[in-house]
Amino acid sequence: MLRAKDNFAPRAGTRVAYLSLVSFALLAIAVLVGTMIGPAGPQWWRVPIELVDRLPLITVDSGVSPEEWNIVWQIRMPRVVLAVLVGAMLSVAGASYQGVFRNPLVDPYLLGVAAGAGLGATLVFALRRSATENWLIDPLPLAAFVGGLVAVFATYMIGNTFSKARSSATLVLAGIAVTSLTTAIQTFVLQRNNDVVRQVYGWILGRLSSATWGDVRLILPYVVFSCVVLLMHRRLLDVLRVGDDEATALGMNIRRVRLTVVLAATLGTAAAVAVSGLIGFVGIIVPHTVRLIVGSSYRRVLPLSILCGAIFLVLADIPSRILADPAETPIGVVTAFFGAPFFLLLLRMRKNQV
Amino acid sequence: MKVLTRAGFAGLFICAAALFAACSETSSTTDTTVVVDTTVSEVAYPVTAGGVTLETQPMRIVSLSPTHTEMLYAIGAGDQVVAVDEYSNFPAEAVALGTKLSGYEPNVESIAGYEPDLVVISYDPGNLVEQLNSLDIPVYIGNGASSFEQAYEQIEQLGALTGHLDVAVQLTSQMQADIDAAVAASSVSATAMGESITYFYELDNTYYTVTSNTFVGQIFELFGLKNIADGVEEGNDYPQLSSEVIVSSNPTMIFLADTKCCAQTPETVSVRDGWQKMDAVVNKNIVQLDDDIASRWGPRVVELVKSISDALALVAAGN
Repeated sequence: MLRAKDNFAPRAGTRVAYLSLVSFALLAIAVLVGTMIGPAGPQWWRVPIELVDRLPLITVDSGVSPEEWNIVWQIRMPRVVLAVLVGAMLSVAGASYQGVFRNPLVDPYLLGVAAGAGLGATLVFALRRSATENWLIDPLPLAAFVGGLVAVFATYMIGNTFSKARSSATLVLAGIAVTSLTTAIQTFVLQRNNDVVRQVYGWILGRLSSATWGDVRLILPYVVFSCVVLLMHRRLLDVLRVGDDEATALGMNIRRVRLTVVLAATLGTAAAVAVSGLIGFVGIIVPHTVRLIVGSSYRRVLPLSILCGAIFLVLADIPSRILADPAETPIGVVTAFFGAPFFLLLLRMRKNQV
Repeated sequence: MKVLTRAGFAGLFICAAALFAACSETSSTTDTTVVVDTTVSEVAYPVTAGGVTLETQPMRIVSLSPTHTEMLYAIGAGDQVVAVDEYSNFPAEAVALGTKLSGYEPNVESIAGYEPDLVVISYDPGNLVEQLNSLDIPVYIGNGASSFEQAYEQIEQLGALTGHLDVAVQLTSQMQADIDAAVAASSVSATAMGESITYFYELDNTYYTVTSNTFVGQIFELFGLKNIADGVEEGNDYPQLSSEVIVSSNPTMIFLADTKCCAQTPETVSVRDGWQKMDAVVNKNIVQLDDDIASRWGPRVVELVKSISDALALVAAGN
C-alpha cells in the first residue's frame, strides 16, 4: 500500500505543490477577511483600502480614522495572527501525534499537556490573580506552559518505566493516568477556591479574544521551531506507519523518533495552550480533513495541516467575535460546535470503509 | 480535554456561587489615597485616583461591573455612563441603556466601539487592561472589597475620577451613619437575649457559603453574629458545607442569598430532608435576601445591613 503510493510520488508531489499554493491563497483570504470583520472599527470594505494605503509609495484615501485603525491593528490583527499560529500548531501537533501513536483519534492533548497546563493556570488563578497584576512577566502563560511540559514529562517517564517493549500503548495509558490525576488535583484546587471558577472556566474553554502582540511574540519561536522539527520528521512518520517492528527492521530508532516528535509537538502545543487556553478539535478535524483530500502520507499531511489549521482557526474566530456581540463566544465552543458533527461524519465514513 | 471539559461544566454549577458572590477577598487597588488637584469647588483635571490618571473629566464611561455601575449612578456620574455590562441591573437608568457588554467574556472591540474615555472593571479576565490601554483607554480596576473601608475607598476614587468627589464623600459618610444606626438599633436587642446567635449564609442550594473573612461575613460580625462556616475549611472563605454539618450546627438563623438564582424560600428550606427540626426552621428565622445586593459592595449594602437588623429584631421579639 505504502509502496504503491510511493510510485506515484512525482505526480503526488506536483499535486501537493498545487494544493499548497491553493491553501496559501485561502490562508491569505482568510486572514484578510479576519481583519475586516468585527463588531466595531471601520466598515469592512475600508480595511483592504487602508491596507493598500499603508504599503510604501501608495496613497489611497480609505476614510479610516486613526482610532478605527487602532482597533484593527491593536485588537483584531494580533488575534488573527495568533489564530494562524495556534491553528497551525495544534493541527500539525495533532497530525504528528496521530502518526507517532498510529491512532487516528488522538489529539495533541493526549499525553496530558492540556491537563497540566490547566492545573498550572488554575494555580495562578487560585493564588490570587490580582496579586500578580503588577508583575513584570505575566505568570499565567508561564505556569500553563510549565504545567503542560511537566505533565507530559511525567507521562513519558511513567510510560518508559513500565514498558520494556517498544509499545506506544503504555505511553497512552500513562497519559490517561497523568491526565486523570492532574485533573483531580485541579478540581480539588478549584473547589477550594470557587471564587475563581468563572475565570478558570473561561480559560479552559479557550480564547483568542485576549490576544495581544505580546502573546504573538511569546509563542512565535516555539511554534516555528516545533513546526520545523515536525516537518523534518515527516518521512520517518511515514516509515512508522508500517508498524514498530517493521520500522525497526528498516533500521529506524523508534524510541528516538517518537521522543523527538512528541517533545517537539508538546513544546509547541504547550506554548499555544499557554496563551489561548484549550481549543479543542482543531488537532483532530484538520489533519483528518487533509487526509481525506491528499491521502495519508505524512509528507503531504503535515505541511497541509499547518496551512489548513491556520485557515480553520482564523475562520472559526470570526463567529466567535460576532456571534454573541457585545460579548465573546469562546472559540473552543465554536470549534467543538463544528468539530463534533464532523467527527461523527468521519467515524461513519471510516465504518463504511471497513 | 474531555475530562477537563467535564471539570469545566462542573465548574459552571459552582459558578452560581462564584458568579453571584463575585467577590474575592483580594487586596484592593494599590493606591490608598485619593489625590485631587483641586483648589476651587470644581474638580480640576488631571486627577489621579486608584492608579488611574485622567486628563479631562470622563464623559463616556463604560462599566463592566454591576457594583461599580451602582456606585457611579449613586455619586451622580450616571449621565457620564454610556454602556454597562449584562449583569448591571440597577439602577433602572443603567438597564435603560440597553447595553449588554460582558465583564466575563469581554469583547474588546465592542467596548472600544463606545469610544469610552474610562472603563471600570472589577477584575481582568485576561489582558483586557493591556488591550484597552493599547487603544489609549484608561481602565479603573475595583477589586472585590473585603471591608467597608475598601468599598468606601472605591466610591471616593470613582468620585474623584468622574468629578463628583463631594457627592461621593457625602455618600460614604451617609452610608457609615446609616449602618452605624442600624447596628446600634439591633445590638441592644441581640445582647438582651443573653446568648450569641449563630447563622448560616446560603449562597446557593448546594450549600456554598461564606466565612466571616468575606465582605458580607463582616457585616454579620458587626451584629456580633457567629458564622457556622468559620474554621470549617482553613484558608477557604467560600466553602461548601454538607447538609450534615449545617443541620448539626443548628444555626439560630438562616440567610438565603439564593432567592433569585435558585428560587429558594423559607418553604423550600423547611421541606429539605432533615432540616425540619432545626431551630431556624422551627422558629421561622429564615431570612430572604436579594442575591444582587448581597453579592455587591456598592451603596445598597446599607439595605442589606438594614434587612439583617430587622430580622434580628424579629428573633429578639420571638424569644
